[in-house]
Order: sequence, then structure tokens, then C-alpha cells
Amino acid sequence: MTPATASFSPEQVWQELGTIPDPEIPVLSLVELGVIGAVEIEGRTVRVALRPTFAGCPALHAMRVAIDDRLRRLGAASVVIDLVLHPPWSTDDLTPEARVKLVAFGLAPPPSPIVRIDEILATPRTCPNCGSNETEVRNEFGPTPCRTIHFCRSCRQPFEGMKPI
Amino acid sequence: MKPGLRSPLAEALLALADDELILAHRDSEWTGHAPILEEDIAFANIALDELGHAALWYRLVADLREEDAERYPDRLVFHRPAGAFRNVRLVEHPKGDWAFTIVRQFLFDSAEQVRLKALAAHPQASLAQTAAKILTEERYHLRHLSAWVTRLAQGTPESKHRMQAALDHLWPLAGQLFQTLPGEAILVDAGAWPASPMLGIEWQAQVTDFLTGCGLTIPARTSPDESGRQIHSAHLEPLLAEMQSVARLEPQGEW
Repeated sequence: MTPATASFSPEQVWQELGTIPDPEIPVLSLVELGVIGAVEIEGRTVRVALRPTFAGCPALHAMRVAIDDRLRRLGAASVVIDLVLHPPWSTDDLTPEARVKLVAFGLAPPPSPIVRIDEILATPRTCPNCGSNETEVRNEFGPTPCRTIHFCRSCRQPFEGMKPI
Repeated sequence: MKPGLRSPLAEALLALADDELILAHRDSEWTGHAPILEEDIAFANIALDELGHAALWYRLVADLREEDAERYPDRLVFHRPAGAFRNVRLVEHPKGDWAFTIVRQFLFDSAEQVRLKALAAHPQASLAQTAAKILTEERYHLRHLSAWVTRLAQGTPESKHRMQAALDHLWPLAGQLFQTLPGEAILVDAGAWPASPMLGIEWQAQVTDFLTGCGLTIPARTSPDESGRQIHSAHLEPLLAEMQSVARLEPQGEW
């Protein structure tokens, strides 16, 4: 006989989600990235609200598969993942820990909070390699939807940033 | 939402979704072929964004028709014949030269922004939230496209000539974006949709200002092509034949 109620708490679900790496920026967990909106447990079903970074993010499918797999292993009989668009995901939702990890990963986080995109883009990003602010945006589009490409005039190296949104 | 409005709303949103899908496919044709590497990256991203926006609209269509939001979009995209698509003819045209692609994307994205701003105020939350989400991403498109329009229109005589030629060709086609959408008349009567012709006036004033400011000439008014979104050019079938080929080889396939 399987029990009718879950043997795990919402805190344990959050903890589990906090160990799932983002498929494209694996130094961050889904929780640190800010894409988990809410968690609910109804009986042995877990509902997770997933907020996509960008609508066309190719990693979205991999995130869903990983969430489903991990929560079932935690003991969920079924996992429902709702795609939630409100409030829309923003780089402001990155946790402070995430920002530190991004720099170590070589990806410059944008200033926060974001008020005007053009002002943010005009603000030089700090080079994650040498710490200089003598940098410029080279492309507002990058290797994934959530990244931009920059160039550092001090260490003369290109680097990537997270796209302010 | 009143039950009688679900079906017309699904029709209107399907038209918006099809526009995004077909344009995304045309944009993706630059992957590996764009004039410079930076633009290869930019246009691959723009294509992916438009595809993502199409997917959001298709999900809403699925909800309105009480279909499976995970599977129904694939059925719409990969298993509909050309005659069932509701996109405008503007997005079907092959990608042309770089000026043609830039002018088309500029006209489309600026039109989309006008419509999305109106839809972001829609009383139905799922619709308003989808429009708001897409708007956050579209800001990047318009920044990028506006810069390219300015650069090419004010560049060399050759680039200006190509931009004007593209505008002359595309301007009459772009008008179709603001013809009344399928299902729209019922929705507008119920106060549940912004009337496209009204939005079109706003859009036309905006882009006319911008394009003439760049030194381009808005083509003289010609008799508009009033045929609806069920009529397609000869370009759609070959596009779909390619896009749908893999899915149709194995209709029950899972990947």
C-alpha cells in the first residue's frame, strides 16, 4: 500500500530543486537562477511553477525532465510542471549567491535592479576575467538567448554576460 | 471568458502564432549564411525568440480548444497543410538579401510591439501575461533592427538603394498585418480584442516617422490586397514541405 500523503515537506522539495543544475549554466541551480516560482504538494502530487527565462529557451525541456525525475525519486507519485509567465522572469531574480557564482564561471551578471534596458546596456559590465570596467558590448545576442557578448579593452579578451531582462 | 468567445479567440491567436512560426523559419535560414558572424548569432537568436513566442501562442490556442498543451502545438505546426495556416504572406517570402530581411523584420517587430502593448492590457490574465512576456524580449529585436535600418539607409548608395527596393516590395505586404484577423470581428464586438485597423493607424504613423527620418521614402498608396489569411503565396508550400518533412516521416515518433 502506498501512503496517500507525501512523506516529504515543501522545504525538502525546494532543497531538491536547489541541487538541479541549470542545463546551460551548470554552476547555478534552478532555484538560484530564479526560475522556480512556487511549489505545492497535494497528496503525493507535486506542482512546480516554472518561469522560463526566455520563451524560446532550448534548455526548458531539459529542466522539465530533470525536475520530474528528481521529484519522483524524492517520492512524488506525479509531478505537474506549470509554465508560469507572471511575473516574467528577470535577471533581477538571480540570487546574490548566483551573481557571485556567475562571475567565477566567467559570465558577467547585469546591474540590478533593471529599470531601463538602454541604460543598463550603456553601463560597462565588469570583466569577469580581470575586473576592469573598460568594457563594451559587442553583441546584444549571444550563444544562448540569455547571454550577451562583451569585450574587455584592458585584458583584450571577449567575455559573455547575462542579458538584462 | 464567455464560451462563445473561446473559438474566435483561438482563431485570432492562431494567426499570430503562425506569423511568428513562419517568420522564425525564414530567419533561421540565415544560420551559417549571415553577412558577418555577429549577425549569424543575432539572427539565430531572433529566430529562436520568434519560435518561442509562437509556442506561447500555440499553448493558449490549445487551452482554448481544450487540447493537450504539450502535444497539440506540434500537431498544428507539423501536421497542418498550407491551406490551414493563417499567417500573412509577408512572412512567407524567401529571405531575400540582407536589406530585405532587415526591412521585413523591422516592419514585423514594430507591428508586433503595437499589438502586444494593446494585448498586455487585456482583461484575460493568460493573454495579457503572454503579451507582456513577449514584449520584454521584443525590446531587443527593435533595438537591433532600428540600428540596422539606420545604418543601411544612411550607408552607401548601394545599401540605400537596396533598402528602398526592399521597402517598396514589402510595404504593401505589411499592410496585411493589420487587416481584421480571423475571429476578430466577434471579439471586437464583445470588447474583447483591440481592432487591428485602429492599431494599424498607430503603427503606420510610427514607422513612417522612423523610416522617413532615415531618408527612406514610403511607397505611394496602392490598391491594397484584401485577400485574407487563408490565401497564401507559392512560397509557403515548399517552406512547409521542408519544415514538416522529419515529423511526417514518423508521425507517432517521440523525441
